[in-house]
Amino acid sequence: MLRKLLIGTALATSFAFSAHAADVKEVQMLHWWTSGGEAAALNVLKQDLAKEGYAWKDVPVAGGGGDAAMTALKAMVAAGNYPTASQMLGYTVLDYAAAGVMGDLTETAKKEGWDKSVPAALQKFSVYDGKWVAAPVNVHSVNWLWINKAVMDKIGGTEPKTFDDFIALLDKAKAAGVIPLALGGQNWQEATMFDSVVLSTGGPEFYKKAMNDLDEESLKSDTMKKSFDNLAKLVTYVDPNFSGRDWNLATAMVIKGDALVQVMGDWAKGEFHAANKTPGTDFLCYRFPGTDGSVIYNSDMFGMFNVPDDRKAAQVALATATLSKSFQSAFNVVKGSVPARTDVPDTDFDACGKKGIADLKAANEGGKLFGSLAQGYGAPPAVANAYKDVISKFVHGQIKTSDEAVTELVKAIDDAK
Amino acid sequence: MSTVAETQIKLTPEHDARPGASVRSRLQDLLPKIVLAPSFAATIVFVYGFILWTIYLSFTNSKTFPSYDITGARAYQRLWRWTFESDPPSSWYTSITNMGIFGFLYILICLALGLFLAILLDQKIRGEGMLRPIYLYPMALSFIVTGVAWKWFLDPGLGLEQTLHQWGWTSFHFDWIKNKDFVIYTVVIAGVWQASGFIMAMFLAGLRGIDGEIMKAAQIDGATTFQLYRRIVIPLLRPVFLSAFIVLAHLAIKSYDLVVALTSGGPGGSAWLPSNFMYEFTFKRNEMAVGSASAVIMLMTLTAIIVPYLYSELREKPR
Repeated sequence: MLRKLLIGTALATSFAFSAHAADVKEVQMLHWWTSGGEAAALNVLKQDLAKEGYAWKDVPVAGGGGDAAMTALKAMVAAGNYPTASQMLGYTVLDYAAAGVMGDLTETAKKEGWDKSVPAALQKFSVYDGKWVAAPVNVHSVNWLWINKAVMDKIGGTEPKTFDDFIALLDKAKAAGVIPLALGGQNWQEATMFDSVVLSTGGPEFYKKAMNDLDEESLKSDTMKKSFDNLAKLVTYVDPNFSGRDWNLATAMVIKGDALVQVMGDWAKGEFHAANKTPGTDFLCYRFPGTDGSVIYNSDMFGMFNVPDDRKAAQVALATATLSKSFQSAFNVVKGSVPARTDVPDTDFDACGKKGIADLKAANEGGKLFGSLAQGYGAPPAVANAYKDVISKFVHGQIKTSDEAVTELVKAIDDAK
Repeated sequence: MSTVAETQIKLTPEHDARPGASVRSRLQDLLPKIVLAPSFAATIVFVYGFILWTIYLSFTNSKTFPSYDITGARAYQRLWRWTFESDPPSSWYTSITNMGIFGFLYILICLALGLFLAILLDQKIRGEGMLRPIYLYPMALSFIVTGVAWKWFLDPGLGLEQTLHQWGWTSFHFDWIKNKDFVIYTVVIAGVWQASGFIMAMFLAGLRGIDGEIMKAAQIDGATTFQLYRRIVIPLLRPVFLSAFIVLAHLAIKSYDLVVALTSGGPGGSAWLPSNFMYEFTFKRNEMAVGSASAVIMLMTLTAIIVPYLYSELREKPR
């Protein structure tokens, strides 16, 4: 059925793409890593492939962002002109796999031992129906605090271990006249913070049930209400202008010392590095209080498409290079994330990176590695966005109480399923 | 039959009787049609074809990819339910109420301000040639530029409020762009700023087209300036009102980019318009059926407003 539709809808686009036949010795890659650090990190992969004799070709994306890339990918796939691989996030991989357009890398995976080295939680998104369809590039985790050390010293704060400690720390900052919490009031940032709040309030078991299994009892439980109350508490520590602010501007507030702390995924580290700050001396990275030992993750994947047989060799080379230890280390040192396989040595990483790698390994072994609902790794996009709506409406006051919030959350998730 | 035709040709002296001439004249008749055919075909396919396709999709269960299985009007049922969820507001409720507020104020203020500026400029003042482009220029900017510029200007931490605080007026407070209840009005402000100059130019052209004799006659009859405009000028500008209304109505419906650039959706999605809703659901949430249904509703609403208006304005007046 889908095939018929793909042919049907794609006539126009196929003209644009069918003009050139893909080179066998070429890796066609659709991605949106164009900013300085990310592009430099990808260059490592390009060079690795060049050594094996494969040329790299970026598939151009107008607009640059992930949304534009996904629209371009839809058109290409509909036209039957698959790229060798595409940068993809979470459920997108599974959507395309369900549509039957993804390739099969199981042989390579067996040879390279991915089953053992890649955390099981990640395999949920890179393996479909027993077949490897994507190569994970990195693991980001979202339950981090990023703290300006100078401000921390000034107010005499110490690492908060519980949520109450955290509130006490924020109070200290407030008393010292610093903005306690840097937050960008966009729905994904608020929801990303809420992921951590839920894990901290309810513990790992509860997080998994509510945010990954979408269990209705958990979603409307008192623990969830308590989580919303805790979120409301945190929001009282942001500055009045937070609404609509971009995440990197919020990070900049911490870097400059205008604000004490930001709750954000480890991509924030890239901003600190770009400002020439060192972990330990200029800034501190702690796990969100009460979430030590657990990791809420999201991950970038290279989805591998079902290309014609003569292009498969290039695809295998790309997948192998992507999951090679050397690339995993080199790329993730720059990107701020941690390797997608747990057996990569952490020698090149900074203090926060080392902690991230150790945490990921421990969480994987202890079964405490969970997908971030805000980042689209807990549930499909329709549900994840419905969730972000509710959190954002709660933060900005359209939803007034935590009772109302859980009712709305259950309703919205039910609606989107 | 053919003989009759030939004799007729021969009988008409001004008609060229050489063979092949009828082919050429027929070709000349056809030429405009041939030239227009590609764009006509493109319009049929890419406008009306896709409208039909969108309507079709809205009755399917399309998610990430279009699906061709008709599954009923579930998308419309969901939208209908969301239409009445006002507390807390559903995204669709926010979108359509915002469309009402934005569309009404944007069109009304642009028309009023445009007419007012045009009347002022029409007073044969010095430097008109310089003033006109100043007002018209914002129209040359894209919505994105307008949105970003106004975003900075209205941001309490960067723009107007911050500046006035630095100048010493510390009690000044203007945070509409951060306020869920007022953010849509900032979209109106930016939109009006951009379009009113263009509407002014349309009215100015209309004013210049009014016969000066009528004005003089009215003045001789003792009409005051107000009466002159109220009773004579504005009624004569009726066709300009029609054009301005159509231009503004379609700008209002498609001001997706202004909302995104100015507010990124507003606090808790409070600045959404139906176009934002449609894009979010179709492309970000993989709910293509709901997105299509919302697009169809937008189209029907627009049709319901524009068609009766066009009909009443463009039909032949009984003589």
